[in-house]
Amino acid sequence: MSDTEFEGIVASPWSGGASPFAINSKKLGMWLFIISDSLTFSALLISYAYVRLETPNWPRPFEIWPAIAKSSLMTFVLLSSSLTMVLGVNAAFNGDRKKTVRYLIATILCGIAFVAIHATEWVTLLGEGVTPWSNPFNPAAPLFGGTFFGLTGLHMLHVTIGVAYLAIIAWGFGKGKYTAEHVEVSGLYWHFVDLVWMFIFPMVYLLSVNPK
Amino acid sequence: MSAHGHTAELTHEHAVGTTKLFATVWVWLLLLTIVEVFLAYLRLEVHLMITILVGLSLIKAALIISYFMHMRFERLGLFLLLIPAMVFCICMMLIMFFPDSIRLMHLRPH
Repeated sequence: MSDTEFEGIVASPWSGGASPFAINSKKLGMWLFIISDSLTFSALLISYAYVRLETPNWPRPFEIWPAIAKSSLMTFVLLSSSLTMVLGVNAAFNGDRKKTVRYLIATILCGIAFVAIHATEWVTLLGEGVTPWSNPFNPAAPLFGGTFFGLTGLHMLHVTIGVAYLAIIAWGFGKGKYTAEHVEVSGLYWHFVDLVWMFIFPMVYLLSVNPK
Repeated sequence: MSAHGHTAELTHEHAVGTTKLFATVWVWLLLLTIVEVFLAYLRLEVHLMITILVGLSLIKAALIISYFMHMRFERLGLFLLLIPAMVFCICMMLIMFFPDSIRLMHLRPH
């Protein structure tokens, strides 16, 4: 540990001048929210994995075409939105407001595309008679609908909130109301939404590919 | 972790990482996704499948946290504050999950 770092830590707790983590409170707050939110999603995913593995004949309604192709496209869209987001954060720190807003708008459009494709996926399943409380494929596994709509629904809610959040940040940063720190903190939230999908996509979709 | 922010400026108010670095991470994430989709195409046995998928997803999560979420560029202290606590809580949930699900698997009539 270097001397300067040591001084930083000693100076911080009581003088209030510095942070032991060298980040400001907004970012630490967002990180703490992300950790608690990740536990919510882990609880849901673990309980889903539990019923998925212990239920014989768990329904596997997802065909390679179109369901898996569609959800892979959604994964691609969300990963790309993370790339535009992180480049937006860099542009914000470099002080390029126009470029930042353009990257943020690209991220928002990807988020909207994700929700739109996901909505068609939901409509298909609802059309086949799957609801949160019933499952036409195998009545012995009624939790299929509940876990599917519960997991993807909570994730979709996060994406929708993220789109609104980024829109506010893009508008405010374009006007000069917000700093690069605001963009970075909103980026943390957006990447977390992306990260959660990296678990939901394989666990929900790839684990229930039609075996035929 | 990194040498940033160790001097007078205590919050790093500058860009970290290059476009090339982030594009590389993005390509790796896409490649891992393609591997996952290919595994689904093979239709492996479900317990083997879930193990491989969760493993690959953890690698993807680590890439996103380290690079996109800038954890790689933060102080070690922030990582130590956040990640071990999260891992511990998830392990506590899994302790209830594994023995019971394995027991149910064996109880199931064949």
